[in-house]
Amino acid sequence: MTQNLWIIPILPFLGFLVNGIFGRKLPKMIVSLVAVVSVLLSFGWVMKVYLTAGDLAANPVTEHYFTWIRSGAFNVGWDYTVDKLTMIMLMIVTGIGSLIHIYSVGYMEHEGGYYRFFAYLNLFMFFMLNLVLAANYLLLFLGWEGVGLCSYLLVGFYIVKHSATTAGNKAFIVNRIGDFGFSLAMFLIVVNFGTLDFGHVFAAAPGRPTGTLTAIALLLLLGATGKSAQIPLYVWLPDAMEGPTPVSALIHAATMVTAGVYMCTRSAVIFTHAPAAMETVAIIGLVTAAFAATIGLAQNDIKKVYAYSTISQLGYMFLGVGVGAFSAGIWHLMTHAFFKALLFLGAGSVIHACHGEQDMRHMGGLRKYAPITFYTLCCASLAIAGIPPFAGFWSKDAILAASYAHAPWMYWIGTITAGMTAFYVWRAMFMTFFGEYRGHGHPHESPVSMWGPLAVLAALSVVGGFLFNVPKILNSMFPIEEAAEVPWLVYVSVLAGVLGIGLAAYMYVVNLDLPERITKAIGGLYTLVYNKYFIDEVYDATVVHPLVEGSRSVLWRGVDQGFIDGIVNGVGQESKAVGGVLRLMQSGNIRSYATWVVLGSVALVIALGIAGGVSR
Amino acid sequence: MDLFFFLLFAIIAVVCGVNVIAQRHPISSALSLIGVMGSLAVLYLLLGAAFIATAQIIVYAGAVMVLFVFVIMLLNAGAEERTGRRSLIAQIFGIPALIGLLGVLCYFVQRWFPNAGVVNFDAWQGGSAQNIGYSLFTDYLLPFEVTSVLILIAILGAIVLARKELD
Amino acid sequence: MNGLPVPNGVPISWFLLLSAVLFALGVAGFIIRRNILTVFMCIELMLNAVNLTFIAFANQHRQVSGQIFTFFVMVVAAAEAAVGLAIILTVFKNRETLNIDEVNTLRN
Repeated sequence: MTQNLWIIPILPFLGFLVNGIFGRKLPKMIVSLVAVVSVLLSFGWVMKVYLTAGDLAANPVTEHYFTWIRSGAFNVGWDYTVDKLTMIMLMIVTGIGSLIHIYSVGYMEHEGGYYRFFAYLNLFMFFMLNLVLAANYLLLFLGWEGVGLCSYLLVGFYIVKHSATTAGNKAFIVNRIGDFGFSLAMFLIVVNFGTLDFGHVFAAAPGRPTGTLTAIALLLLLGATGKSAQIPLYVWLPDAMEGPTPVSALIHAATMVTAGVYMCTRSAVIFTHAPAAMETVAIIGLVTAAFAATIGLAQNDIKKVYAYSTISQLGYMFLGVGVGAFSAGIWHLMTHAFFKALLFLGAGSVIHACHGEQDMRHMGGLRKYAPITFYTLCCASLAIAGIPPFAGFWSKDAILAASYAHAPWMYWIGTITAGMTAFYVWRAMFMTFFGEYRGHGHPHESPVSMWGPLAVLAALSVVGGFLFNVPKILNSMFPIEEAAEVPWLVYVSVLAGVLGIGLAAYMYVVNLDLPERITKAIGGLYTLVYNKYFIDEVYDATVVHPLVEGSRSVLWRGVDQGFIDGIVNGVGQESKAVGGVLRLMQSGNIRSYATWVVLGSVALVIALGIAGGVSR
Repeated sequence: MDLFFFLLFAIIAVVCGVNVIAQRHPISSALSLIGVMGSLAVLYLLLGAAFIATAQIIVYAGAVMVLFVFVIMLLNAGAEERTGRRSLIAQIFGIPALIGLLGVLCYFVQRWFPNAGVVNFDAWQGGSAQNIGYSLFTDYLLPFEVTSVLILIAILGAIVLARKELD
Repeated sequence: MNGLPVPNGVPISWFLLLSAVLFALGVAGFIIRRNILTVFMCIELMLNAVNLTFIAFANQHRQVSGQIFTFFVMVVAAAEAAVGLAIILTVFKNRETLNIDEVNTLRN
């Protein structure tokens, strides 16, 4: 029996159409109702498929709708497929998506462009669901590009703010560089496999030469670094914090940025047969994790802290994928969705409480004023610090154990990063909720529509780790290897987390001058880290500026204005000139006309004669 | 004998033709043109087109040219002046064009009709009034009727164009 | 020219040559002369030359249709002469000149 999978993405798309076309005239209540209900219904359908589909490992649900491209022997259909991996992603996307839609109703209450926001949010859901449901690379890429588009639209949501629109451009353009890699990978796949369908490609992959597979995998990785904000294409994510906070939570924490990890996991067959690429994935993930964590240590904007934290945690996921622990990577994707969405939504609640203030130096003591936010964020911060039994502990530990088995040095760097993670997250917590309130105005708690989702996510952050044991769920796809138990791994990583929390407590609750003294002591290093190692400036100078200048002077002035306009205008001028010469024939003098006639008739007679005369 | 007559009247025609274009006063040109038409009428006769020859004298030389003379008299046209605007094209290309035209025509005439037969006077009398009339009223009836309409239109046109403005 | 030993008749091509010469004279006059009336007369000269050609061919092919054609040419020439002279009269009334070069306002 068909599950009608198409209903899942269509419902948000209908929400987009209704809100997009009619939203301007509809009251806010209807707009939010349409948006939220469409995603909730989508989630409901996902649950229905889950409950009625039986064993997805043995019989994945596949549905074919129509043939999208047919060119010779190359066929691409609009196919959806649901197996266990897809089901996990679907639940995350629709579930957390619904919670964030509900949250946005409260958060965006006083913002302009209300209907536009929800229309874009629904459109994003449509594309993300397409990405996850896709059964071939082209459909996945469609969703990939679509979510990039929605990211641009939503990051630049405050269209009158110059920094917001610039950030939107940056997000889209940097993504495009990654997409270029993805496109090249797709071309290679078509050339080598003749099809983009997952089933066929993965069945045929083991037989191909390693070099080809490595090339494909590396190009896919390039695409993933763009979408999932890894080195070298991570620079857009911190700037994307210009968008409204629910956007940061949904797109830049729980769903869009995980698309890269999902894509790599889906292409596991290709990656496992290209060991060099796997190694690259692991190293990029690890370096990004550590690198972003160091930057997060020094940030003062609460959203920027969480942004770098996202980059860092995505690094962990890639590390997991790179060392072969695909299900651990997906597990961390899931738990990260819970606690990172919660962190962002909580940050939104905090910002809402402080009437738009985002700088942590002007916050403090908020636990009196916003207790619910405080307790839920505590859950999230404990989860991300890797404290058992919260969600983050299980997944992070699985990744660290796998990386130890792969290469011990990776484990140590990962553990140190975990310590840094705990530190900066709790630094944010202490600066925000403890001590004296350093800002202006009166902070207050958020409405139910905002703390309701926070509560749900907090519950998930607590139990989500051991409730959903992803490696067990994905056992059929990625068999669990019985590795040798190294017991002290767990204790060391937990210890790192606890140390991080403790140090943050000491510096930001107990001894409040210590941060200042340390900053002064390490002076230059602090400036370097605070300014994100000046990477943005380097990119600007080496890539952006030369391109823009080159474009302006060569392509615009030279080619477009000079050459092309010159040709077009030149044709016009030439016509005028020729016409000016030909005009002189019309002298009005009958005798000259007569002469022309005679000349013409002479020519005609000669031509006739050459042609052999008239037939007789 | 045939050759002599032909040459005689051909030379008269050519001389009168040259005179048409060489004379300064239009009336002299008109009289020369009448001379051309007359000699051509004789040649038609020699070629067996008796009716056409007669028509030529009566209609062409007798009516059209008289009309020309009348107009010359009406307009009091005098001898042509030397001055006036000149056409650059006509000056440069006029004579060469003419010579070119003449040369080309002669050349092709020679090429296409080298042995086209010989005319003897009175060898063929097919152009009698009877034959012309017969042909005109059977095979060419429609053009005949149409030309009568044409003449009517020409009369109307000439009257309308040349009348005095009624103010 | 081929065949100048005295033929027992007149070759047709001589008539055609005569016609060509008269036609060229007509064209010459049309281009050279400045008086409108003289130009008109040169047109008539050209028409006569063409008539001669038709009659010559009618004789050669022993058909009368060439002469019929000449008949129609004469009719049209007469009509054209009538209307053309009327136009010349009008032009003269407006411009007081018979110089063809003065009638040149229809230009760029």
